[in-house]
Amino acid sequence: MIKMEYYLVVSTILMFVGIYGFVTRRNLLAMLISVELILNSVDINFVVFNRFLFPEQLEGFFFTLFAIGVSAAETAVAIAIIINIYRNIRNIEVKNLREMKW
Amino acid sequence: MEITLELIAFIILALFICVSAVLAATTKRILRAATYLLFVLFGTAGIYFQLNYSFLGAVQLLIYAGGITVLYVFSILLTSSEGDKAPELKSYKFIAGLVATLLSLGVCLWVMLRHDFLPQHFEHGELNVRTIGHALMSADKYGYVLPFEVISVLLLACIVGGILIARKR
Repeated sequence: MIKMEYYLVVSTILMFVGIYGFVTRRNLLAMLISVELILNSVDINFVVFNRFLFPEQLEGFFFTLFAIGVSAAETAVAIAIIINIYRNIRNIEVKNLREMKW
Repeated sequence: MEITLELIAFIILALFICVSAVLAATTKRILRAATYLLFVLFGTAGIYFQLNYSFLGAVQLLIYAGGITVLYVFSILLTSSEGDKAPELKSYKFIAGLVATLLSLGVCLWVMLRHDFLPQHFEHGELNVRTIGHALMSADKYGYVLPFEVISVLLLACIVGGILIARKR
């Protein structure tokens, strides 16, 4: 028997590991990877609440489905921006990134 | 509390996810971080399968593990030179981040574990794909045809925007 809290503990740990990575990383792509960790933990939360509390409805299920699609779109645009930055200043460290306009 | 096969599988999945996430957030080489992210995504798909949402697990594997990770690996290979390592962070910044994260993690876990959630287990049973399809395509109450159409417009806008941003001038 798996309690609901166990799933929530896993997703909480995932969330704060993602926040830790986002705070301490200095590379744009590594920060984006941390954002993906945070998104995943939220997805797990939605699915678990849907399954345990409202099993006959599908709100959490569809929210996760659409969140996966939105995060795919977000990643594509973010990586396009990062590649554009790399083309202009030849690296993607945050400390070298003082302006977004050339 | 008796130990069942389900519980053992869950514990293995949970440990796998947590260890991979910590490694993804702390490893120095960024290509390895992307690989550990892939492991986290696999573990999350495993949790979806365990909750009897096979369709969601398949979507997670296809879009996240199949699509997004490839995008990451491509862009990492494009933007970082070989043997590239993350520079050392100043130690007070590192400690400040760690302490803030651990404190907030402790507060969240404390609040959550003190709360009593009513249902202690869920009814097993696979979600029918026919049900998903009908809910996704119906326009009445609990129908999702509007977000479905909106997300298609969003994806189109992202394709155009990605090409526009990343093209050569």
